Amino acid sequence: MSDPVIVAQDLRKTYAGFAAVDGISFAVERGESFGLLGPNGAGKSTTMRMVGAVSTRSGGSLSVLGLDPDRHGPEIRSQLGVVPQSDNLDTELRVRENLLVYGRYFGLPRAQVARRADELLAFAQLEDKAKAKVDALSGGMKRRLTIARALINDPSILLLDEPTTGLDPQARHILWDRLFRLKEQGTTLLLTTHYMDEAEQLCDRIVVVDKGAIMAEGSPAELIRRYSSKEVLEVRFGSSRNSEVAGRLQGIGDRVEVLPDRILIYTGNGEAELVRLTDAGLHPITSLVRRSSLEDVFLRLTGRTLIE
Amino acid sequence: MSTPDAARPSAPAAPAGGQSEAAARAIRATRNSRRWGSWYVAEHRFRVMRSYAQTVLVTAIGNPVIYLYAMGVGLATLVDGNLGADAVTGVGYLTFVAPALLCSAAISVASEEFTYPVMLGFKWNPIFYGMNASPIQPGQIINGLVISVAARMLVTCGLYFGFMLLFGAVPGPAGFLAIFVALLTGMGFGALLMGYTSTLTEDTGQLAMVMRFIILPMTLFSGTFFPLDLLPLYLRWIGWISPLWHGTELSRVFAYGAVEPLWLSVAHVLYLAVLLMIGWLWARRVAVRRLNK
Repeated sequence: MSDPVIVAQDLRKTYAGFAAVDGISFAVERGESFGLLGPNGAGKSTTMRMVGAVSTRSGGSLSVLGLDPDRHGPEIRSQLGVVPQSDNLDTELRVRENLLVYGRYFGLPRAQVARRADELLAFAQLEDKAKAKVDALSGGMKRRLTIARALINDPSILLLDEPTTGLDPQARHILWDRLFRLKEQGTTLLLTTHYMDEAEQLCDRIVVVDKGAIMAEGSPAELIRRYSSKEVLEVRFGSSRNSEVAGRLQGIGDRVEVLPDRILIYTGNGEAELVRLTDAGLHPITSLVRRSSLEDVFLRLTGRTLIE
Repeated sequence: MSTPDAARPSAPAAPAGGQSEAAARAIRATRNSRRWGSWYVAEHRFRVMRSYAQTVLVTAIGNPVIYLYAMGVGLATLVDGNLGADAVTGVGYLTFVAPALLCSAAISVASEEFTYPVMLGFKWNPIFYGMNASPIQPGQIINGLVISVAARMLVTCGLYFGFMLLFGAVPGPAGFLAIFVALLTGMGFGALLMGYTSTLTEDTGQLAMVMRFIILPMTLFSGTFFPLDLLPLYLRWIGWISPLWHGTELSRVFAYGAVEPLWLSVAHVLYLAVLLMIGWLWARRVAVRRLNK
């Protein structure tokens, strides 16, 4: 707790009266992997842009590496690697050229940039694509190239805004593996996501954000312990009957959430709860017992699912 | 770990220990970008231009050959044959029209390089946002664009002038100065175009309108193919506000010693320089606003 590299206090951003970020406070330690988890429109990207020193805050205080983004934007950005939500690679240049021009923006000598570009192409598993056109790359490859580009200046902090949104499962796993390696090397990661599994995989600590405000903070395991039960029993009675059945579930589980397509029963023992359910004469079409996840935490905190 | 809200004092005004070290490192690391950032952006643009270098060269060589031949040789035969070899402001038609064609060539580079790459950078392939995520500042992005376009324009105008010499269209000894007049003309007009294009969040035909209703009439009515005096008085204002007219008149002074009062020559330079400054500052302001979301 002694060495925060990002400190936000009551951070705010308003657009024409609308508060996109409404007074959030957090601190990220050096070497930590910190996640902002929340649905689309929660204010995650806006927060990332303010930390990335490309969006002037409307209120509160913010310090990145001990510097104020309002006064030292370029200085802060010189120490960051930024992976934006949508790729902005230069499609008029080839893959390796994208790294070369970007490295120069940090004032690095050409030879050093060239050496680093080759290392990063290897890291991103794009060596054989060095001369390819950017548009010829798959979505996952473009993401990896964007991450390689963000690493060209050997940043102290890597900002990742929805790094795997829109990727297929295999591409996501490759990307997670690369990010995990960075984490092992001690790079500070600040990432936003609306995927709970991504947050669980990559983050040491998470804040759950909704409507521009922080709802909870802690490690994934802590949050699940605090806001959910050990297990969840998911049952489906058919979309027309779910709400009707819900009325007859008194006394079953610690807590019940009725979603349009299924009913979630929070409990310490899912199998036992299922037996009680069938004993009571309720026979779901399908049933599933699983561990609680951050999705459940989010549902508990906001009454909504992450991906709607 | 507890919530930071309660535990932490407000953001450090004077960072201590490891933080000040990181801050000092950041400040050191940014020196080059603060000083040379505009050139890094230009470097990027040059690399992109290299990918369409063939087009750049073909147009830079093809245009003067075609235009000088069509206007300066073809049309000139007709004009000079009917009106005499010194009928247009005291010189042959080729000599008269060549400086204007040179300035038009600069305008045509401007209308290409200050539209498409600007729309691209802000919108279609938003690389300006990528640049701005590095230590590069919005103003430097615009400067870099201006530098790179000026370089391409200088090459184009230089080649054009070479062909003018080959066609024997430059009798004046100070003719080469027309290259720089053309450059100023193209940049003055182009900077305004860049300022305007940078305000567009969507191209719903505005750029095509600019080509059709601004650039084309400007090319036709700026004393390019015939002296402005031949136009009725109520149309001459098109020439007076046209950067192309100011550039053309001045380049004629250098190319063949066209006679005009000194104050007018100074006015041409000032007018073009003012347009350049207005457009440049305009684009820089818009870039600061658009990139800070």
